[in-house]
Amino acid sequence: MKTAILLELARGRAARQRIVVVTRLRDGAQSLHLANGRQGDLELAEPVLAEIEERGVHDRSGRLRTDPGLFMRCYTPAHRLLIVGAVHIAQSLSPAARMAGFDVAIVDPRTAFATAARFPDTTLVQDWPDVAFETLAPDAQTAVVALSHDPKLDDPALVAALASPAFYVGALGSRRTHAARLERFAARGITGTERLRAPVGLDLGGRSAGEIAIAIIAEIIQTRYRSG
Amino acid sequence: MTHDPRRPAEPEADEVFAQILRWQQEGRRVALATVIDTWGSSPRPVGSHLAVADTGGFVGSVSGGCVEGAVVGTALQVITDGKPRELEFGVSDEQAWSVGLACGGRIAVYVERVE
Repeated sequence: MKTAILLELARGRAARQRIVVVTRLRDGAQSLHLANGRQGDLELAEPVLAEIEERGVHDRSGRLRTDPGLFMRCYTPAHRLLIVGAVHIAQSLSPAARMAGFDVAIVDPRTAFATAARFPDTTLVQDWPDVAFETLAPDAQTAVVALSHDPKLDDPALVAALASPAFYVGALGSRRTHAARLERFAARGITGTERLRAPVGLDLGGRSAGEIAIAIIAEIIQTRYRSG
Repeated sequence: MTHDPRRPAEPEADEVFAQILRWQQEGRRVALATVIDTWGSSPRPVGSHLAVADTGGFVGSVSGGCVEGAVVGTALQVITDGKPRELEFGVSDEQAWSVGLACGGRIAVYVERVE
């Protein structure tokens, strides 16, 4: 692999781009494919390019059917976790999610909570959730968890998340808190609440912030692999 | 959108790339190993990466530990002569007792020099 390809790969990964690298196994010649073009020292025939295009969409790495001497590797952007509420449990959930491979962003307009000291090396969005979600745009590779316990923050986040293709939407709170939330949502005519995970997380019986964080990320991982 | 549980874990790939770039900055020469085929049960999916420095240090994984030693050895040769190689490991391999896959699967690994 040429260092130029490696650098482009690292740059594209950081920019959350979908990337394919094709390698001719015989001599190591390579091409790197982005949505807006390709580079490298490998010439590819039309049927080969068509297969790369088709498999790239479905994230299918492997030898090409049209030319088994070529190997394609699909690199897809990491899944994301959007945490609403820069609260105590978020301080455990953020590193746990990163360990499981998620890109994490924490949304909280309260600047006393969303500080770099409390969340080192974490993307912090100091904005109201409904505003923040317009930019963050949860997609089918995104999980959303509301932890703030404050309906002023949690409700707009959950409403936006339920209207999005996010693969997981969860909210912290007791069964009673959740029942009240469902009543508020029903009164506003909000649909899709059956996919809201509450109480959030697998029932591991834990009580500490770290234990709850692990229960939440475990449920997110389970949902990710069981869906579809 | 469906999620394939066997798809490679990308954050692990990012760690491998970052380490390769660090090694290069330190003047180290590096080879990259990639799982290009699997048959039966295999510990790591197609696309999994292992990078090896000329010091013998490595990062990432192609098999969860079963054959890394052999891959590192080949990687050092690839670093020296620049010639990419394909390796196959499995229970039918004559080296099965030393470096075979305990799970009974088979994997093909491609090793290339980063230049």
